Amino acid sequence: MGTAKSWLLDDSPASRLQASLGRSYRMARMLMRNPLAVVGALILLTLLVTAAFAPWIAPYSPLGQDLGARLLPPSAAHWMGTDELGRDIFSRVVYGARITLMIVVLVAVIAAPLGLLIGAIAGYFGGWVDRLLMGLTDVFLSMPKLILALAFVAALGPGIENAIIAIAITSWPAYARIARAETLTFRNAEFIAATRLLGASHGRIIVRHVLPLCTSSMIVRVTLDMAGIILTAAGLGFLGLGAQPPLPEWGAMISRGRTFILDQWWVATMPGFAIIIVSLGFCFLGDGLRDVLDPKQGGKS
Amino acid sequence: MTALLEIENLRVSFPTASGRVEVVKGLSLSLGRERLGIVGESGSGKSMTGRAILRLIRRPGRQQADRMVFDGIDLQARTERGMRQLRGARISMIMQDPKFSLNPVMTVGDQIAEALVTHERLPRRDVRARVIEMLHSVRIHDPERVMDLYPHEVSGGMGQRIMIAMMLIPRPDLLIADEPTSALDVSVQAQVLDLIDELVREKGMALILISHDLDLVARYCDRILVMHAGEVVGACAARDLHKASHPYTRGLLAAVPRMEETREELPVLDRSAWGGT
Amino acid sequence: MGWNMSVTAISLQNLDVSYGTTKVVQGVNIEVAEGESFALVGESGSGKSTILRAIAGLAPDWTGAISVLGAARGHQVDRDFATRCQMVFQDPYGSLHPRKTVDAVLSEPLLVHGFGNRSARVAEMLAAVGLDQRFRFRFPHQLSGGQRQRVAIARALMLEPKVMLLDEPTSALDVSVQAEILNLLKKLRRQQGLTYLMVTHNLPVVSFMCDRMAIMQKGRVVEIAPATALHDGSFTDPYSQSLYAASGGNPDRKDQP
Repeated sequence: MGTAKSWLLDDSPASRLQASLGRSYRMARMLMRNPLAVVGALILLTLLVTAAFAPWIAPYSPLGQDLGARLLPPSAAHWMGTDELGRDIFSRVVYGARITLMIVVLVAVIAAPLGLLIGAIAGYFGGWVDRLLMGLTDVFLSMPKLILALAFVAALGPGIENAIIAIAITSWPAYARIARAETLTFRNAEFIAATRLLGASHGRIIVRHVLPLCTSSMIVRVTLDMAGIILTAAGLGFLGLGAQPPLPEWGAMISRGRTFILDQWWVATMPGFAIIIVSLGFCFLGDGLRDVLDPKQGGKS
Repeated sequence: MTALLEIENLRVSFPTASGRVEVVKGLSLSLGRERLGIVGESGSGKSMTGRAILRLIRRPGRQQADRMVFDGIDLQARTERGMRQLRGARISMIMQDPKFSLNPVMTVGDQIAEALVTHERLPRRDVRARVIEMLHSVRIHDPERVMDLYPHEVSGGMGQRIMIAMMLIPRPDLLIADEPTSALDVSVQAQVLDLIDELVREKGMALILISHDLDLVARYCDRILVMHAGEVVGACAARDLHKASHPYTRGLLAAVPRMEETREELPVLDRSAWGGT
Repeated sequence: MGWNMSVTAISLQNLDVSYGTTKVVQGVNIEVAEGESFALVGESGSGKSTILRAIAGLAPDWTGAISVLGAARGHQVDRDFATRCQMVFQDPYGSLHPRKTVDAVLSEPLLVHGFGNRSARVAEMLAAVGLDQRFRFRFPHQLSGGQRQRVAIARALMLEPKVMLLDEPTSALDVSVQAEILNLLKKLRRQQGLTYLMVTHNLPVVSFMCDRMAIMQKGRVVEIAPATALHDGSFTDPYSQSLYAASGGNPDRKDQP
């Protein structure tokens, strides 16, 4: 353990791998010093574990109906009670973690790289390329996210895949803006000029030199946005345009529970808690990551 | 000569991953109404010394001294409010780059006027007259026009002269100039330093000139302290600088190229002898 | 100093450079011989750095003729040019990519041009610029200003160019570090037969490093003089003389004005 640590923290690493691992290790250590970030990381770890081991964690099937046990309050048998079809809410929330995680990951995988690339290209070239790409971005940005997503889902038809595509389409413009702003700050920097003088092509400079510098603020932003993405997905679910029944999606569950909110509060509240906790987890982790990754804010906490 | 500023055993430290590191290690000085130069390379603690006199070391940095007295006032016992009254009014500081020290959305005239009225109550007409007079004395020939300009509309040399006007208008007793000209061209550099020099002599102020440039400090100061790694490694009268005996000072002097350079190679400081950086 | 005047390393003919609508360099004619070290001297805004950027291809809006080692240069950055001429920038903090190790920085030119045997070349170049091998996998923030400038010089030399453009390579450094870097540049020039075109505002540095200099004011060359003019101030142009005087003249010669 001791030798591994000193190998990671070595001031004169002997290979590229050791250098970058050392850097990651230092960042992880900084992150661990921020209690909120640790809480956030733990919440997300719990989400991951829950999603991965849902069949073993959930005591009942998420879809199995038991009309004899309708709308039971939380008890030892049903930790979060049951819904109007007698399904165990805890089991549904546990399986719902899978859906939430899938939405979040897919949106991040589609929207972030797309926004990053478009923003970096716009910022790096400037001129008419910039005006064109940013004009497009502004068109998307000028419309409320949820409404735009609604329109897309309405056009593509309801369903979880279409909801993901709709959310991804509505969230890349924000990333493009950030990537462009970031690129503008160093596109005239001497290290970019020096690389051009070496004869490197524009494509190579964007991919190998510009993008790596945008990724850290992008990671922070995506993490902070995750809460919003979950809420948008839940919103679509709530409106009946996201995941379709009987899928245990949290937003759709709240929507179903709305009918009973005054008498059987747990039906809508339990998935609501899940949404809040996971959203908070992403926010905490995002804040912590910002302190670690953003050199401008570095060393404050 | 009674001392205007006396410092004994000043220490400034900053926390790092491996514990607190002292950047100024027990500096003592006594300053009359004279011109003192502090020279050193980056990281020598010279700028921190200047800031510590005004108690401007930001947290988590920490400063302490056995004694720090300015004109009978114990600087360490003063409250933050008390220090604010002192800063600008009795001790002024000129920073390296005027671009960062001037407020970009205020006209030059307003900024200088503000420096004056925060320390002195004056009718508005007198304020304007004082500002114009001050701009004249920093050799700005058309003060009425310059007063209405914004900082981005003036050149670097003019900006630095405006800074000087701002710092000198409350008539301080001590002026601390931290690399006042290193952002300027040589010809402007000489003008600005001549101006500071003239104003300091005329008004009988004390001057602490902080710089990395040995020749420049030797030209404009009476006395010189050479700092290295937080410690004073040499003190001498400015005219004796070239006779300095300390190896670090000698090394620095030798490393500067000369106008008539005949050496094939410049002598280099043996860093290992100094703990190396 | 015995350089061969018949071979021209850099030739600028009637060079005008503009940024937008303002002309920052006007009618500049300079011939730098192969193996020579030539300085462009002047105050900020005199256009001296702009000339370097135009030669390098970073200021494409110019008219006139630029040729390097006999080959005329186009208006864009091109790959072949990179192997003949490289540039070292002023700010050692801004000229290295903050997220790349020294090794990655030095390998980049070799990768771009598809050269093999990269690891050995990088190791060799580190030794040539006086950096220990233990710096090889450090990030820029783990290096001092002087060490960074050594890396920047090494990067410029990786493609084995014959002409080097130096843009105030030591003005951001402490005097003792400046001495080290100047010594290094002088040694490399001697060993590899390089031609230097160096921008600086520091006349003593010119005296140490260069054979000739062009003094610039407001985008024009007012005088081309040998470096020995710095010994006695034998400049013909009044602006050159005032610049010389503002830099302190030659204090070693005060006895014989």
